[in-house]
Amino acid sequence: MIKSIGIRALIVLVVCLAALFYLTPSLLSDSLPAFWKKNLPADKIHLGLDLQGGMHLVLEVQTDKALEGTIERISNDIKETMMEKKIRFRSIARTHTDAITLEFPDHPAREAFEKILKDNYPDFEATSTTQREGREIVQIKLKVKRAQEIKKLAMEQGLETIRNRVDQFGITEPEIIPQGEDRIIVQLPGIRDPGRAKNLIGKTALLEFKLLDEEHSLEEAMRGNIPEGSVVAYGTRLDPESGRRTQVPYLVKNKALMTGASLETAKVSIGDRFGEPYVSLKFNAQGAQDFDRITGENVKKRLAIVLDGVIHSAPVIQERISGGNAQITGNFTLDEAKDLAIVLRAGALPAPVTILEERTVGPSLGQDSIDKGLWSTIVGGLLVVLFMMVYYKLSGLVANFALLLNIIIIFGALAAFRATLTLPGIAGIVLVIGMAVDANVLIFERIREEMRTGKTPRAAIDAGYGKAFLTILDSNVTTLIAALFLFGFGTGPVKGFAVTLTIGIIASMFTAIFVTRIVFDYFVWNRKIQSISI
Amino acid sequence: MEFIKPDINFDFVGKMKVALSISLVMIFISIASIAWHGGLNFGIDFAGGALVQVKFNTPFTIDKIRDSFRPLGIQNSIIQQYGPTEIVVRVAEGAADLKELSGKMEETLKKTFGQDAVEMRRVEMVGPKVGKDLTKKALLAILFSWIGMLIYIAWRFELRYAAGGILALVHDTIITIGAFSLLNKEFDLTIVAALLTIIGYSINDTIVVFDRIRENSRKNIRQPLAEVINNSINQTLSRTILTSFTVFIVLLALFFFGGPVIHDFAFALIVGVVVGTYSSIFIASPIVLIWERWMPDKIRRKP
Repeated sequence: MIKSIGIRALIVLVVCLAALFYLTPSLLSDSLPAFWKKNLPADKIHLGLDLQGGMHLVLEVQTDKALEGTIERISNDIKETMMEKKIRFRSIARTHTDAITLEFPDHPAREAFEKILKDNYPDFEATSTTQREGREIVQIKLKVKRAQEIKKLAMEQGLETIRNRVDQFGITEPEIIPQGEDRIIVQLPGIRDPGRAKNLIGKTALLEFKLLDEEHSLEEAMRGNIPEGSVVAYGTRLDPESGRRTQVPYLVKNKALMTGASLETAKVSIGDRFGEPYVSLKFNAQGAQDFDRITGENVKKRLAIVLDGVIHSAPVIQERISGGNAQITGNFTLDEAKDLAIVLRAGALPAPVTILEERTVGPSLGQDSIDKGLWSTIVGGLLVVLFMMVYYKLSGLVANFALLLNIIIIFGALAAFRATLTLPGIAGIVLVIGMAVDANVLIFERIREEMRTGKTPRAAIDAGYGKAFLTILDSNVTTLIAALFLFGFGTGPVKGFAVTLTIGIIASMFTAIFVTRIVFDYFVWNRKIQSISI
Repeated sequence: MEFIKPDINFDFVGKMKVALSISLVMIFISIASIAWHGGLNFGIDFAGGALVQVKFNTPFTIDKIRDSFRPLGIQNSIIQQYGPTEIVVRVAEGAADLKELSGKMEETLKKTFGQDAVEMRRVEMVGPKVGKDLTKKALLAILFSWIGMLIYIAWRFELRYAAGGILALVHDTIITIGAFSLLNKEFDLTIVAALLTIIGYSINDTIVVFDRIRENSRKNIRQPLAEVINNSINQTLSRTILTSFTVFIVLLALFFFGGPVIHDFAFALIVGVVVGTYSSIFIASPIVLIWERWMPDKIRRKP
């Protein structure tokens, strides 16, 4: 224990000034001159989404789907290679998330295939071979390590894509954090239109150009006789009179001639005639070449523009389109067109995402919560202060002074550590106010006991602080253990509670033991008082 | 000023059997209530589902809102008045596609009550996967906090003290959960936070008594443990009551002024502080005594 009252008082002063230093931006918002602003910390106390309003999303990237997509592509690739090399096979299809099953009419065909597999697809291994009536069935599986790589890559790309989209949407201080193997936490403070943001983030945005299957009849396909290599997909049509959107079926070919990966950029344009918004696309060099070739080969055919499986339009290709420009029209509102351009620019998600959890708080509710939190802090604080003064008289005043310091230190520490203040966090502060005086109660009760045994004030204070210290330490450490587990397992607002509780308990040990002792020692040593008002 | 006279000498240890019976009855009622209700009334954090809080600027009736929800297929959801101008709608997991529900609800309500009449204040949606995760995390947090304290007390004191302290904590946790079950209050993440706080607070209280027992038993080795415990509880009684009182009054402030979000949280803490204070006095120390009678510590004293 440091003997000198002066040095101890200096320590307290430094701690207080440090706390106030970090608090200045929160207390004096914009009124500071530039010189001050430069030298003071710039961060105000960071408010949680439940206090400032905003949206918290937990997304899951369906990495299995990315894997399935990859396997599907490889399966097609193998099929083409076998056809090229004239290897006879009866069927080939993806039968699991990570496995392909092939059927060969005879043994030589299988052996030819296995050579290709070894040479061209080293990531695969044959897991089972069965023979049935002379035919041979082979199942090949992607190696586990490679499958994990694909999933990891999908997660990384997903994170990057969502980050891009949110950045382009224009939200200040968004937070996009990966969690675990396949989850992404997105926090958007102060968002005005949560529905739109959700749409923008969650859209896969897979843009595909596919030919309509005009050789077969749509009616026949609707009845269930879907021709090989085609599929029925839907688009919407806006009825200009009723304003209703109706679903329109199309028969499209499975094979995508081009995808959004060939885009260089996308932007919103406004049509000349009716002022209707549409999205104009610009392809990159390779994309422009491809588009030129595709349109040249398919003049007079209909090319469907498909976004996430929904057909936006299916115009007839009038002539070869060179120059690498195209457009997506289709009854957009201006916001819809803007968002579509953003997701196309940011690129498609490598796998669909699902929203696992959403918590949105409107800004007005956040302000209400702040008001109520402050109000209950003030009421609770005043009640405790009043009680301590009545019960312990002047000593109670000392404890109250310590309590005030405690609150300043808590807020200062919140600002300094850039911790987030949440509504349960405010509740934590209120609780700490009630618990912080406990240390002083313990000490004061002990001093009273010692004085009853006839000790001098100085001896009673020494004994009181000395004996109470270990008790206070032990009892606070256990509370800290609880707070620690709260922090470790809690999420969002609950974590905020753990933070303020932890800071509060530590600060209260400092103020209730160290700070009050200085005051007592001063009066007992320097003023030589004969009795304690306790 | 003094609430508790310094020379108080209440026979706490003598009332041990009565206290233990009362506690056993309370624990029994708690468990029976949970069983009777078929489990706890889990909020969406654990059960999954959606919660939407809406503020109205025009007069409204719950029936009219319910009617307007019919096309969405959520007319059977729980719709509660929440303060004078607000409602809370709780939609169970699986009742509708929850991801787009809030947008559709907003659209529907605006159509029914007018564009400016409705303000979406809060939307919470928790999918079943996350609900399971959160449940697991909450259980682990409580369990680990018990174990953490067991280890700390066993290290700082002795194993029998640790046993007494932890049993008192289990007692506090069960009875607080029981109170929520009896009143059929919703059990969500903030309540788990409250439980952990109660655990931290109650053990804090208990340790102060234990600390005094440790001090007194060193002072007078020949005194029977029952007497030491009783004296220690009496000596620390004033502090126990005072601290509980200050915490209690701040909790009252939170309960009445903290707003609806904090309301149940403050309620859980109030129950917990009362039960925790009681258990520190009547449960934790007597268990140390029972342990001693069961497995006497022969070196030091006779029970």
